[in-house]
Formats: sequence, structure tokens, C-alpha cells
Amino acid sequence: MSRMSGAKALIESLRKENVEFIFGIPGGAILPVYDVLYDSDIKHILMRHEQCAAHAADGYARASGKVGVCMSTSGPGATNLVTGIANAYMDSSPIVAITGQVPRPFIGKDAFQETDIVGITTPITKCNFQVRNAAEIPKIVKTAFYIASTGRPGPVLIDLPRDAQTEEDEMNFDEKIELRGYRPTYDPHPLQLEKAVQLLIQAERPIIIAGGGVKASNACSELAALAETLLAPVATTLMGKGAIPEDHPLSVGMLGMHGTVAANHLVQDADVLLAVGMRFSDRSTGNIKAFCPDGKIIHIDIDSSEIGKNIKPHVPIVADAKRALQSIHNRLIQKFNRKERSTWLNRMQTLKNIHEEIIKSAGDGIKPPALMVEIRKMLPNNAIITTEVGQNQMWAALYLKAYKPRTFISSGGLGTMGFGFPAALGAKVACPEVPVVDIAGDGSFLMTEQDLASSIAWKIPVIVVILNNSMLGMVAQWQRLFYNRRYSAVDLKRIPDFVKLAESYGAQGLRVQSIEEFREAFKEAINSDVTTVIDVPISPEENVLPMVPPGNTLKDLILS
Amino acid sequence: MEMKERIYMISAIVEHKPGVLYSVSNMFRRRGFNIESISVGESEQSDLARMTITIKGDEATVEQVVKQLKKLISVVKVSILDSENTVARELALIKVSTPDARVRSDVINYTEIFKGHIVDVAHESLIIEITGDTDKINAFIELMKPFGVREIARTGIAALQRGMRSVKME
Repeated sequence: MSRMSGAKALIESLRKENVEFIFGIPGGAILPVYDVLYDSDIKHILMRHEQCAAHAADGYARASGKVGVCMSTSGPGATNLVTGIANAYMDSSPIVAITGQVPRPFIGKDAFQETDIVGITTPITKCNFQVRNAAEIPKIVKTAFYIASTGRPGPVLIDLPRDAQTEEDEMNFDEKIELRGYRPTYDPHPLQLEKAVQLLIQAERPIIIAGGGVKASNACSELAALAETLLAPVATTLMGKGAIPEDHPLSVGMLGMHGTVAANHLVQDADVLLAVGMRFSDRSTGNIKAFCPDGKIIHIDIDSSEIGKNIKPHVPIVADAKRALQSIHNRLIQKFNRKERSTWLNRMQTLKNIHEEIIKSAGDGIKPPALMVEIRKMLPNNAIITTEVGQNQMWAALYLKAYKPRTFISSGGLGTMGFGFPAALGAKVACPEVPVVDIAGDGSFLMTEQDLASSIAWKIPVIVVILNNSMLGMVAQWQRLFYNRRYSAVDLKRIPDFVKLAESYGAQGLRVQSIEEFREAFKEAINSDVTTVIDVPISPEENVLPMVPPGNTLKDLILS
Repeated sequence: MEMKERIYMISAIVEHKPGVLYSVSNMFRRRGFNIESISVGESEQSDLARMTITIKGDEATVEQVVKQLKKLISVVKVSILDSENTVARELALIKVSTPDARVRSDVINYTEIFKGHIVDVAHESLIIEITGDTDKINAFIELMKPFGVREIARTGIAALQRGMRSVKME
């Protein structure tokens, strides 16, 4: 026990959680914490918008596997975090958000910069806390980090009234946390495992779908081992991209609305489908009533509420992905020694070849699929890719292969435009030694470009590749395909000169007109010690393909 | 396959602290589950409260309700109560107009038949307290309607499993 202020106790608690970085912006209601932070060895990275602070914490968490921390003041600071928190919640990313709050006597009085952030974030956090007494702080912080990082990871918010930050009390940092209502199930049920193994042994056309949960539980090598034993193709969700190296012979890429031909066809034709750490989102399944029509489905997830929510599986397994895959594999190798599965795997290969054809057949000029391939070639395998949201994101997901987990970071569930750039900054803070590239669109980048300033101020050099069509490209694509080319409110008309914009922040700005120029610029960017923005003009008529029109089954792909 | 809708009773043990009712009711709202009734009160342990929730839905819906409830960190335990082995009671206060002596005596008679109590008497109205399962209370309210029901306050269902079966913290 030692006597100190609530603010001091907060920083001490964060240090005990091995927090190295906080992404944030100060303000009136969090001043006492920032005063303590002034003397602390925790590095605070001052962002230019709280949304970016939350996304940066999220990017940091996804790249490092550690909990990301963001901080803001009350009121508008707190509400600006909301999009970032919702994003982390949808994609199961462990972050802890700390918000200042008006002093306790003012709560409920509509005081200056008061907002009910606990009420606002209840449906988008795993749980949240409002500190009532300073003495609770060590236990609340410990609980917050535990909840954020265990089970199905996710965001937790701590709301700190200003007078609780200054209040002095005896602080106990050794208090045990007790959570009667939170006991994640890690170990799979043996009976369900046995059922799963039986199905897999009998499967003629097995497929595995890996989601973000595989990466979250570090189950990537278990995934590959099981796929190899089973001779089963592996498709991934957007969140699962990188769970299996995409140059692995059994990798068939992403499934879903913008899935590869191979992934979508094989999933529809499978007789046994093992889904692990994924949640059958509408973007992954297409028309859910016609999803994998003849397949028996095994669904592994640590969150029992995901099982049966969108699809009722034949074998439900509530467990940690790593333990479940390991146990299935262990049981399988005792009974299963099939050495070939040529019909199914030949079909896989034929379908995979279509993907390569699409890249090659794109034609002259700078074509996004070819550009993605080019970027991949020039980057080391451990380079981190983030994306914005829209066409840029789907081109990256389809055509920029990920070879390692935690190297492809994208806003999946919420689909947040403006996520990629601040997430890249967070990822670069976590992994300063590897190149970090944000694949961006002009529309998305304009939503968070102000944090070029923090990237320069804090020497966090990343590369932003803007696929610039002066359009909200994905919306335009939908209008082109489904609204008879009625381009309503998608032409951005006046976009800034991105080269000058970058330069005005002290970053490097480059514009390219050909793939050769791009190569030169990208090489320069990789070697640059400041953030580089590369403006790549593309045609506003480009579509991201393949595409499954909404409501269709996964096989009903538009290919050209 | 269309599954049949019916009324389910759910018993949930939750942390007895601020914000828990909000997070539960907010989850119901956000997921589009309809609460027919909800009652909350302290349980056998003072730091835990018992919520009795009745909802209308099919089996898949109620399964999701239970899982989503369990997912909330402040919810400690959740069970679906099977109606056969459950005692479920509700309390209602009903204010009935009694303009004359004849109506008044009819109302008093019916109240006795239903084992209710007259808890307030005024010149022109009575308040009746009645407990029982939902059907009994509905039936009584129907009976009172012709006399002129002025106000009704119902508590929602409180329920416990019969015998040694229980939904509680071990």
C-alpha cells in the first residue's frame, strides 16, 4: 500500500501492465493525468484527432499483439474516440481507452464538456468503468487490461472523473481481480472434438475458413499443420488474411463479396467446412441461406454467442482456436493417413489460376491489381500493410498477398474510412524496424490526413499509397453496377494536391504516372526517414473484381 | 424451417451495481429482442441481483438471448426456466371505479374469489392488489374492465425453480 493521487495510481498501473506508449490528446478533464505523465517514462504520442488516437492504439495492438492504449479528455475528446472504439470492437482488437470526465459533483449536471461516455460506449466495448473512488483505480486498470486481452479480445473504456485523479488515497496494486461473470472457455469439449474429427475423416471436399481469431490466438502454425494433414484448402476472411501464408499451396485467399474465385467456389462446393475464429459475417457468406449448401459445418469460436448467431453449425466448438486446432490435429493424425486428394485439389489449382489470369489481363496503364503485386515484390515478407476502406481495401485484400500474421491490418467489421493511416502509425510504433504501408484511397485518406503532422512530429515514417480516382470509388462502383451509373455525391471534385499537402506537413510527396515511376518512388519511400505520400492516379472507372452482388450466392461472381 | 414462437422465462444473476440494468436492456434493444416483462431485485446475496426476464421468440432467438446475456461481463449466470418446474408470480395493483354500492360490492366479491386484497378505499374507487401467474392477472383485469379500470401497475414476473433446482452462484 502506498499513498498517492488517482492520476499517479493510473500511470503506475499502466506501467505495471508494461504500457510503453499512449496515443492521445489532453484536455481539461484529464489534466492531472497528463501532469503525472510529464515525469513518466511512458511515451505519449500526441495525435491530431482523438479518432486517430484510437485507431493508432488499434493498429499498435494488431501489429504487436499487445494492448493498445489511447487517452482523451471528456466530452468531445471522448466522443471523438467512439468510432475508433467501435472499430476495435467489431474487429476484436484489444485496446484500453482512458477518458477524462468532469468532477464527480458535476456528473449529471450537463457540465462543460460532460458527456455520458460510459452510456455511449456500452454497446461497443467489452465492458467499461467509471471510477467512483481513486482507490479503485489499480484494480480497475488491471481488470480492464485482463478483459481487453483475454477471451475474444476487445476494447475496454475507463472513465476518470477529474477529482478522482487528484484525490489521494492508499493504493493497493496487488489486489486480486474477481470476475464472476467472465470466464472464457479455452478448452474444447472432447465430445464435440470427436464429432469434428469424424466429419473431417469422412470428408471428400473439406475446406477451412480462418478468421481473425486464428491470429488472435496465435494458432497460425496449428492451422497450417491441420490443413496439410487434411489436404484441405484454406480460405480466410478479411480479418483472417495472413493466418496462412498466401503463397502456401493450400491457401486460396479471401472469401466473400470480394472473394477469390477459388475461395468462393470451394466453400460452396465443400462437403465439410471447418470455420475457425470467424463469425459468418454477411460480407463473408453472401446469401446466407444458400451458403455452403451441401456442407457439414464445424464452427470453432471462443465467443459462444457467435455460434448459432448467423449459421447453425453441425458441430459447435466453444474454445480457443489454438487449443481446438491442436486437439483436432492430434486426434486426426492417429486415425487419418490420406496421402492424396487429387480431384478436389486439382479443382482448387484450376480455380486459383483464374486469379492469376485476372491480374495479367488488366490491360495498360496503372492497374490496381498489378500495382498490389508490385508493392508485394518490393517489400520484405514482414512488412506491414494497412488499408483504408473501399476499393483500395479490397484490391489490397485480393491482390496483395500476406505472408505472416499481423502484417495485414484493415477495418473489417465497421469499415471505417480513415482507419488505415492512423493504424499504420500505431503499427509502425509497435514495429519500428519494418516498413509500414497504408494502401489508401483519396476519399479515405482525406478523413484522417491531419495526422501526417504527428507522423512527422514523432518521427513515425510510414508510406501512404493513394489510389487516386478523385472519387468515393466503392460507392461509385455500386452506383455503376446497381444504380444505372447515377453517380450521386461520389465525385470529390476538388481534392488537394497530395504532393503539396504532404510537403506542407514536412512529409515527402511523390506523384507517379506509370508503373516504372511507381517503382522508383516506392523504393525512395522505403528508404526515406520521413513519411512518404505517393499519389497514384487511377481511372475512376475501375471496378474491384471479382464481386458478388449483394444477396447473391458466393458463386455468382462478377468477373469482368 | 420456421420455428414456433412462445414465451420464455429467463433467470439471470447479475452484479448488483449501477449500469447493469442499462447494459442488459441496451443489449436487448440493440439486438432487436423484445422484452415482455422484466423484474429486478436483490437476490439471496446482497451483491448480486436477480433479473427475471420474459421474452417472446423462437428457440434460436432465446438461445441467442441467453448467449448474449452471458457475454455481458456483469452477468454472472443465466438460465432458461422451464415452465413446468417453475413458480412464476406477478403482482398487480388495479384501480377500479366504483361509482355506486352495487359496483363496489361486485368488485369486492370478485376480488375475494381471486384471493386479492383491497388495499385502498376511496369514495369513487378501490385499489386491488392481486398476485398470481400472468394468466390469472390478465383474467382478473378482463373481469374488471366493464367496471372501469382507471390505472394498472404490474411488477412483471418473478420466478424461481421448484425444489432444489436453482439458478444461483455456487
